[in-house]
Amino acid sequence: MKRTPDESPVRAVRWTGRQAVVEVHGDVDVGLSAQFQQALLDVLNGRPQRVVVDLAAVPYMDSSGVASLVKLLSRARRQGAEVRLAALTDHVRGIFEITRLETVFDIRTTVEEAMR
Amino acid sequence: MTALTDRPVRLQVASTPAHLAVVRAAAEAACRLVGFDARCTTEVVLSVGEALANIVRHAYGGAGDGPIEIELSTVEGPAGDGLRVRLRDCGRGVEPRRLRRRDPSALRAGGRGVHIMRQCMDVVDYQQAEGGGTVLTMFKRLPTGREGPRP
Repeated sequence: MKRTPDESPVRAVRWTGRQAVVEVHGDVDVGLSAQFQQALLDVLNGRPQRVVVDLAAVPYMDSSGVASLVKLLSRARRQGAEVRLAALTDHVRGIFEITRLETVFDIRTTVEEAMR
Repeated sequence: MTALTDRPVRLQVASTPAHLAVVRAAAEAACRLVGFDARCTTEVVLSVGEALANIVRHAYGGAGDGPIEIELSTVEGPAGDGLRVRLRDCGRGVEPRRLRRRDPSALRAGGRGVHIMRQCMDVVDYQQAEGGGTVLTMFKRLPTGREGPRP
């Protein structure tokens, strides 16, 4: 398990073969979105086939955090990788619905489901 | 009507991201007092969060020591009862071109904050503040059929 610096909302990245599960923790807002984006893009350096972003422990995300996920999706698609978001909390699900990005992202109820 | 009506909740914070979570929590608590359901509460919290993020990023350019005043109050009126949120900063004013409507689902990085506020709130009004800075007033009506704020 690879640990990222404490200040990053990405607490850990677990690799299973070429699938990476990114564990995110805490509020992702304007104060942390730069670290969030960098940590997400770093995952792509491992050339995953699929990235699962586990958002179960994220009570709140603002549009800067959403922008980081959009960047991940865009870059992943360019290198032929898939992105799935898993276990969204109420506020986080809300921002995806309001921005109509819930139709753009592959969103799964649980991490287990996203990994199948 | 409620404690919020007679005595609005007023907060003064700095433009440091560490303070933003405190304001979001206050907005969430105010929503519960007013009687919003979970969905409306999410919409208010997201809007307040986007407004604050814009102040940090744009009004103060990332500086963490800019003052932000927040007022949460209930409002009764012919247009309906609801929650009013006012945010005042002393930073650079809002540029009108930043307030354009854009497709939020397009795969580009930014520019969704104002869309979120306009989508979630019944009123989003930016005014230049006396003495510099900006006052943002947002209002969200209680859904019709509700009995109104709890006494």
